[in-house]
Amino acid sequence: MNYSVDDKGYYGKFGGAYIPEMLHPNVEELVENYLKIMAEPDFQEEFRALLKDYVGRPTPLYFAKRLSEKYNTKVYLKREDLNHTGAHKVNNTIGQILVAKRLGKKRIIAETGAGQHGVATATACALMGLQCIVYMGEVDIERQKPNVERMKLLGAEVRPATSGSKTLKDATNEAIRDWINNPVDTHYIIGSVVGPHPYPDMVARFQAVISEEIRWQLKEHEGTEEPDYVIACVGGGSNAAGAFYHFLDSENVKLIASEAAGFGVDSGKTAATTALGTEGVIHGSRTLLMQTEDGQIVEPHSISAGLDYPGIGPIHAHLFDSKRAEFFSITDDDAYASGVQLCRLEGIIPALESSHALAVLDKKQFKPDDIVVINLSGRGDKDLQTYIARGGY
Amino acid sequence: MNNRLTELFKKKDQEVLNIYFTAGFPKLEDTVRIAEALEKAGADILEIGMPYSDPLADGPTIQQSGQVALNNGMSIRKLFEQLEGVREKVSIPICLMGYINPVLQYGMDNFLKKASELGVDGLILPDLPMDEYEELYKQKFEEYSLSNVFLVTPQTSNERLKRIDALSDGFIYVVSTNSTTGNETKSTEDNTAYFERIKSAGLKNPTLIGFNIKDNSTFLNASKFANGAIIGSAFIKAIEGQENLEEVIDGFVKKVRG
Ligand SMILES: Cc1ncc(COP(=O)(O)O)c(C=O)c1O
Repeated sequence: MNYSVDDKGYYGKFGGAYIPEMLHPNVEELVENYLKIMAEPDFQEEFRALLKDYVGRPTPLYFAKRLSEKYNTKVYLKREDLNHTGAHKVNNTIGQILVAKRLGKKRIIAETGAGQHGVATATACALMGLQCIVYMGEVDIERQKPNVERMKLLGAEVRPATSGSKTLKDATNEAIRDWINNPVDTHYIIGSVVGPHPYPDMVARFQAVISEEIRWQLKEHEGTEEPDYVIACVGGGSNAAGAFYHFLDSENVKLIASEAAGFGVDSGKTAATTALGTEGVIHGSRTLLMQTEDGQIVEPHSISAGLDYPGIGPIHAHLFDSKRAEFFSITDDDAYASGVQLCRLEGIIPALESSHALAVLDKKQFKPDDIVVINLSGRGDKDLQTYIARGGY
Repeated sequence: MNNRLTELFKKKDQEVLNIYFTAGFPKLEDTVRIAEALEKAGADILEIGMPYSDPLADGPTIQQSGQVALNNGMSIRKLFEQLEGVREKVSIPICLMGYINPVLQYGMDNFLKKASELGVDGLILPDLPMDEYEELYKQKFEEYSLSNVFLVTPQTSNERLKRIDALSDGFIYVVSTNSTTGNETKSTEDNTAYFERIKSAGLKNPTLIGFNIKDNSTFLNASKFANGAIIGSAFIKAIEGQENLEEVIDGFVKKVRG
């Protein structure tokens, strides 16, 4: 089985570029250039240097002793929360801003859910001196206030998306509409492995640094590059794609994706895409998504803004369909409890998105000598408001 | 069955007026009523929008009309029910405009078959990629005598324009500016060079200019460079909140024609 994108932009039957003609030149420009640019030595040099000196990579692969004791298995946390700006998102924004610069773009747009991708984009734009506009759903602006202020502080303009559920899906719609209206000078930095080809592949390649590091770091810890399991949460799926990337063809490494069940898979307030989704097209990509019988996209719900999305990237639809990855649906309550538990056992406050990955420890029995790597995609500072509102800790 | 679009352009190649309206807006049962009124008022082509939750190429006016229509209970199934027997009431060409996801969910084959049975002449699916169309669906469209209408924009290269022309058989939808529908801030842009380029490209298909065409002067200007024009957002605005649709529609079309 092949898990990479083919030359038409598909992972199996998922992917492609279902875009209106207005977007064609921009997307075509990327298709023709992204691999070429990324292969250039001076690009690689600049990208690697920024990841090291600016982002703070490599991020530690940390053996979580007390968590391991509790679950009687060997748990490692890949500490993407320790990146500059607090999540894995910055790996991608640094990569894409360097691509945008080489394409001569002057204006950057982005969508954001949790605000982490927006902050990471605003950061990259400040670093490169480029104009930055971030679209964010009105609901998310309310629940992720600190990140809104961070973006503004970094010089970005935050534009509210007021249509639909006023969350990530709608912010993405607005960003795409902006790109249609500004086709020449603007680059759209998509924050996950979603959107038309080549975005899913480009973003996965920038996030692949996560699994590249896991391999050599695990070798140092355990004498093997390959864990038994890699677990990551999936909103669109960029941190998961990055954590899985260099293990996709290592059949001994089992891949686990956790998606947000919200109030529960059957509650009507959920973002459990593989559990409920059917094949369709969202944001330019053929993939699994939550939709009505009439093909209207269903408004999702999750406690974590970053997972509050009714689709998943085409690579994950393919991993699900081919059974290469096992998917779990984690409720708001379970994710929250796992988040609080990590605070107490390891002194790490995780992002609520990442807490969905941690919660898999309660759902699946691991053996004492299993090596389980959990991608801790981000830190929980941005979620304090939600932690406080829930309380009980 | 001959395709009414092809027949129309054989007879008329100037100032062809295509009006877009959203099915099920302002009220669920207004679809056929508006179609009849538009024909009576003198429109040449009807473009019926199938509302979608996430219309990426549309600005606020058409987005909102779609949301109202969905809240009213509009769906593809409902629209097909409404169009049952429409050919006894309306004789001008009908195009359905919408996004690919609801159509895929209905099933492309079933959709084409049903649309053709009801007397639809063309489809406008802006996010159906050209390659997928050619590889997977073109034959079916032809089988059912349905035209697939492609969009071109100021950024569309001459080479791509040629390919679009070769794949089209109804008309080509010339998007007037790089924008979503109904974007007023773009209406002051000078598109003359772009329109000239399309006009002199030697296309085998007729062309209609759309996006930001809203009144007599924009309609007549577009008609200088193309076989006519398409009005959407301005028409939606005109009928929004109106009770006496026939009168409003008659007035609107007469004013546009001048
Ligand atoms: C910390 C964190 N993890 C995960 C995600 C979900 O995105 P993805 O599935 O692309 O990794 C987000 C998105 O905002 C995030 O901030």
